[in-house]
Amino acid sequence: MTATVVHAPGFQRSLGTMVSVRSVSKVYPGGVEALNEISLDFPKGQLTTLLGPSGCGKTTLLKIIAGLLPATSGEVMVDGMRVEGPGPERAFVFQDFALLPWATVLRNVAFGLELRGVPVAERESIAEHYIGQVGLKGFEKHYPHALSGGMRQRVGLARALAVKAEVVLMDEPFSAVDEQTRRKFQEDMLELIKNEQKTFIFVTHSIEEAVYVSNRIILLSRRPSRVMRIIEPDMPRGITPDQIRRHPAYLDAVEMIWQALKQYLD
Amino acid sequence: MEVFGRKIPMSASLIVWAVLWEIVGQLDLVSLIPPLSNVVMRLAEIVPTETFIDALALTARSFAAGTGIAILAGVPIGVLMGRSEIADRLLLPWVNVFVSAPLTALVPIIMALFGFGETTIILTVVLFALWIIILDARAGTRSISNSLVEMAQSYGASYWQAFSKVYVWAALPEILAGIRLGMVRAIKGVIIGQLIVSVVGFGYLFEIYQSNFLMEHLWALLLVLFALAFLIDGVFGYMEKRVEYYAASR
Repeated sequence: MTATVVHAPGFQRSLGTMVSVRSVSKVYPGGVEALNEISLDFPKGQLTTLLGPSGCGKTTLLKIIAGLLPATSGEVMVDGMRVEGPGPERAFVFQDFALLPWATVLRNVAFGLELRGVPVAERESIAEHYIGQVGLKGFEKHYPHALSGGMRQRVGLARALAVKAEVVLMDEPFSAVDEQTRRKFQEDMLELIKNEQKTFIFVTHSIEEAVYVSNRIILLSRRPSRVMRIIEPDMPRGITPDQIRRHPAYLDAVEMIWQALKQYLD
Repeated sequence: MEVFGRKIPMSASLIVWAVLWEIVGQLDLVSLIPPLSNVVMRLAEIVPTETFIDALALTARSFAAGTGIAILAGVPIGVLMGRSEIADRLLLPWVNVFVSAPLTALVPIIMALFGFGETTIILTVVLFALWIIILDARAGTRSISNSLVEMAQSYGASYWQAFSKVYVWAALPEILAGIRLGMVRAIKGVIIGQLIVSVVGFGYLFEIYQSNFLMEHLWALLLVLFALAFLIDGVFGYMEKRVEYYAASR
């Protein structure tokens, strides 16, 4: 990131907002209306989750923030700059991992840096650091097909962290990972996030997962998506993961979200 | 394959056919079919001659140059067609026409334009090999998962980086299959080109052997060409197997 940030005219940057979504609508060719006038602020250094019924357009919104999809109308600002496409200040973690099957773990993690032209020795030492951070030390020379789903997604997460982006966008990162692995992964991720002063935007359809990992949960309605409610689970963070899962605040939040989403099930 | 409880390699069937050929040849039923043993002896006799070596060298050169051009042009065109709707709409009808067209009929036109030399042979090889390489590279590129494409975009890959670091590798199993099929067609092209031009390389030898009714020579030459085609196909089949492991996990 450059030190000077050019603000759009008339833009009052509220302190601590990293990503700002303003009246974003998305209509797919063929007339499917995915998003309808969504406006949201994502606070700096927090993990915000987009939660909603399946097919509600939460992944669409995430991809618009990533610059992978154009919005039909409205705009997205990241750190005061208008999003026109993908940028180095944002990194993406994919639902199906999107690893290069012909490349080792080391090269996969370093791939974002490779594309930026970072010299081999430097990018590999950065990659090694993050491979250690996500708990894959010793697997540097392995290929993705030799790893479990959970381990592959750790590679995907390490790749996103290695480019030192300020915003990490995660599209249902745990959905292709089995249940037991997922819990351990969630715990590890919370540890990682504490050390990384980054803004995380997280898409999931799991209520428990959302409450467990998030500072802030945005409930989206069914398509065309609107913001239904914003919930900030008030969880004491000092306690163990098992205590969190039995904490009244955790259970209350899960119940509240379930009641709100239940109406969308037929 | 098992016969009387003993394992026999598949290539053993070749021996059966070889023996049958020898018997038919020795019976002298058809003057077109000399015994295999005579053909093999003739093979050993003509292979070291200068005319044969020259013909082989010219064939190898034209084949290498022609397939080289077909690969270097075909793979990027195929990948481009797989990624770009406009390029695909523009080029696909032509590629489909040429991949199934009787290309032999076009060789005289090339000959009229480029004369009786090596250029004509090389262009014939390109003409035969190019289209299937394009089609397979296109198919491979279209099968790349959308998230891999988005990954390249979101981590800031330029067009060239996306092509050289992601698309070509992700489509490699299909690209190699296309190159193998292209090479098999290129062998046809290099021989048909020489047969039609008929004053250079193996085409010249075929012309001499046929007009002088040297059936043993002719069969010896055919054996060499068949073996070469089989070998090239086998080598590429092996290379394809080596990348198969990730074909399923893209």
